[in-house]
Amino acid sequence: MSESEILTRNECRRLFDIAWSAARQAGAGELEMLAGAHAYALTRFAENTIHQNVCERRRTVSIRAVVDRRTARASTNRLDEPGIREAAGRAVALAKAQEPDPELLPVAAPAEYRDVDRFSPSTAQLTPAERAEAIAGAIEIAEEASQTAAGVYSSGESVEALVNSRGAFGYYFDTNATFSVTMMLPDSSGWAKASKPDCNIIDPAALARRASEKAKASEKPFEIAPGRYTVILEPAAVQDLLGQMFPDFSATAIRDRRSFLNERLGQRIFGGNIVIVDDVYHPMQSGPPFDGEGVPRRILSLVQNGVVRDIPYSRLAASRTGVEPTGHGFPVPNEMGEAPENIVFEGGTSSLEDLIASTPRGVLVTRVWYVREVDPYEKIMTGLTRDGTFLIEDGRVVGGLRNMRFNESLIDLLNNVEDMTPAERAAGEESIDMVVPAMKVGGFNFTEVTPR
Amino acid sequence: MIRTAAEALDAAARRNPDYADVRAVETRTRHVSTKNGRISGLSSSESAGAGIRVLCAGSWGFAATDDLSPGGLEACAALAFEIARASGRARRRPVVLAPEEKYVAEWISPCAIDPFGVSVEDNLKLLLAVDDELRREQGVTLAETSMDFVRERQAFVSTLGSRIDQTRTWSGGGYSATSFRGDEIQRRSYPNSFGGQFQLKGYELIEELKLVDAAPRVASEAAALHSAAQCPEGRFDLVLDSSQLGLQIHESIGHPAELDRVLGSEANFAGMSFLTLDKLDNLKYGSEIVNVVADARPEHGPGLGTFAFDDEGVPAQRTDIIRGGLFTGYLMSRETAARIGKPRSNGCMRADGWARVPIIRMTNVSLLPGEQSIEEVFDADGIYMETNKSWSIDDRRYNFQFGCEIGWELRNGRRVRMLKNPSYSGVSTEFWNSCAAIAGRDHWMLWGTPNCGKGQPEQVIGTGHGASPARFSNVKIGSAYSG
Repeated sequence: MSESEILTRNECRRLFDIAWSAARQAGAGELEMLAGAHAYALTRFAENTIHQNVCERRRTVSIRAVVDRRTARASTNRLDEPGIREAAGRAVALAKAQEPDPELLPVAAPAEYRDVDRFSPSTAQLTPAERAEAIAGAIEIAEEASQTAAGVYSSGESVEALVNSRGAFGYYFDTNATFSVTMMLPDSSGWAKASKPDCNIIDPAALARRASEKAKASEKPFEIAPGRYTVILEPAAVQDLLGQMFPDFSATAIRDRRSFLNERLGQRIFGGNIVIVDDVYHPMQSGPPFDGEGVPRRILSLVQNGVVRDIPYSRLAASRTGVEPTGHGFPVPNEMGEAPENIVFEGGTSSLEDLIASTPRGVLVTRVWYVREVDPYEKIMTGLTRDGTFLIEDGRVVGGLRNMRFNESLIDLLNNVEDMTPAERAAGEESIDMVVPAMKVGGFNFTEVTPR
Repeated sequence: MIRTAAEALDAAARRNPDYADVRAVETRTRHVSTKNGRISGLSSSESAGAGIRVLCAGSWGFAATDDLSPGGLEACAALAFEIARASGRARRRPVVLAPEEKYVAEWISPCAIDPFGVSVEDNLKLLLAVDDELRREQGVTLAETSMDFVRERQAFVSTLGSRIDQTRTWSGGGYSATSFRGDEIQRRSYPNSFGGQFQLKGYELIEELKLVDAAPRVASEAAALHSAAQCPEGRFDLVLDSSQLGLQIHESIGHPAELDRVLGSEANFAGMSFLTLDKLDNLKYGSEIVNVVADARPEHGPGLGTFAFDDEGVPAQRTDIIRGGLFTGYLMSRETAARIGKPRSNGCMRADGWARVPIIRMTNVSLLPGEQSIEEVFDADGIYMETNKSWSIDDRRYNFQFGCEIGWELRNGRRVRMLKNPSYSGVSTEFWNSCAAIAGRDHWMLWGTPNCGKGQPEQVIGTGHGASPARFSNVKIGSAYSG
């Protein structure tokens, strides 16, 4: 397919023409339009029953007008001609309400974007009955094990488009399916999740079985004293922890002196085994090949052997520094500037079983929860383990543990990675989806045990 | 919007549901922000749509659309029914709703100065004046200011015959000064962190905040924190300002009291709750001076959780969550109230706009004022903390850790030195049982939390939390930096 029916290329062009005509009449010199659409459905279950089942369809246009080096944005979901004209007029009026900004750049020039294919027709057409059938299967697995299941199965398609008055035209469409399941026993739980562009490569029953096995294996959890332990973080835990540091990989954040990379660029701040790229074209990644300004996304070598190398630049950040923009800018105007959003870690060659087998004493972590920043410069994060925390002794899992709170510097963590599995597309709840390995990390700092 | 909602309800009612309701919603927003003397955000949005919720053969279906034409509403109703039928494939018990009356009402939240009638030029002039003041302090490396305004008009109709037209306007504003020096980033915010103060008011809120006046103090504290002593580790008496206490209430009382969490609906995402059903009317949640209510009524104040009716047509109510230290009430919907044998919902169902289904949310969950003077609250050898910096709590809402922007060592009730990087942690019930003093009404403030996330797909909604400064005994402090 070359486009999505929920918002076609021609519709985007038609909406832009209406907006540009109205904005010009109101005094705009340039115009940029972001158009988005999604059709999204989610079936939710808990207590072994479907308790919430929803679908939403929406289309939105966001119009940025430029008037004599002044700019502002107005959005609407009323996509008839009067609605678009009104929003364009609103954007122009907002733009005129400010003083000219000498740093404001013209809208981006047209560019070529690489094709990426992340659309699965069967995912776009997945029905409520098909989602319910998969959930019924997961619930059967729970009931066979005398467990209680909760989770979601969602599916949908979306479109992101960018059009501007210099002729730039970007159009991206994709699909996504997500299955997440928690299995519970009176004193333990297990969790598994997958998020992919194609529902056909998600196996809800396999995920349900994995979550069920984790719940069973962590029954009657015991407690260990807080302290520093070797941990094995499964990919979802790696993602939700390390995902917190990438907003700091930003030229604007560094200029604003709010990044932990202040004064650390070019230094070896992580272990020599840490290699991270930002690559929207990676086969396990998702998202459009252009940024919020219409700049093609480049592949960046963020960290090479522990040294921070490339930093994303929006067009404004690039113009201030005299470099080329990298295609990671957010829609203008914005506070944050830019950030990498397609993180890919270079993994290792060990299996998860290898990581466990080589650990005399440690903690296996399925996922982490409520991760928040304690210290912005040392990048200390706090949070808790959840839904499957296990004690490892003499190279094998010996039982479940009560959940624990950690206060851990991400800089320290990435200096203490002892081994990794191959990277995979992970799915968590606290960060954007990333391609990450499971990691074995020495000296991870647990500060409290959650009481009963 | 009432007519649109009624058309959609007709489309649903023709299919003979057990029950159906429709919310047709129009939302208008404005966001203005600055960063180091430049405009960093200037936008407005308008959105309209309708959500149709049907109960069919004991199962729920919900569909939402921005196509408000008769054909669009008809298709949306049909989809809601298709979804409800599919829900029946994995249903272990039929949904039963607690009874509710029919209401025909119109309500508009008080708004003395229409924020959308104030010019953007005036918004920017004020924010840039604050920005100027912040950057007069040499140590400030980043000055950020912002204002947000939202107006939402919602038409609710249901097969009970209710027709409710509500308009809520809320405003928010605030700023922060960030200072990077050596190997530290320090920040101070006013009047609260993460965007400031938010209330169900018009532009009068912005005027009341006197944003410019506080800027020199905020900027100087941000710079001074670099030279302050590190907050010690150990057990101390702890005094919290009302804004931090508002978030403490939100996380360790409001969320665990949500009955859908207790019953397991959020087990896969937001988590469950330590407040299992056996705890109701039995658990000693706090000390005897702790009284907490969930109160959506306008007389509680202009909170982000203030309304006339919730999003399933139940009137705003006040519920005692903790009375004299005893746990006495949950936040409920019609469905969950019926599950635990309550005769009626206490009106806590709210949705994030037209596209999302109502779920149980906090209204205004507030700690009632105490009887101590502010001097009595501070009369301790301990630590005083102000303004939230970080927050984290486990998936049963039991083990928490908070960090604040600034702390002060207290000796004989007086601040003797500034402390940086203060944090404290504990267990919800132990913490509230250690509450030793709560200041009175004169120091009580209804804070707005505009960004509370819950549900799948995630819904972000505003909640209110009233509190006055309070003292807690023997609290674990400083473990965020231990090890």
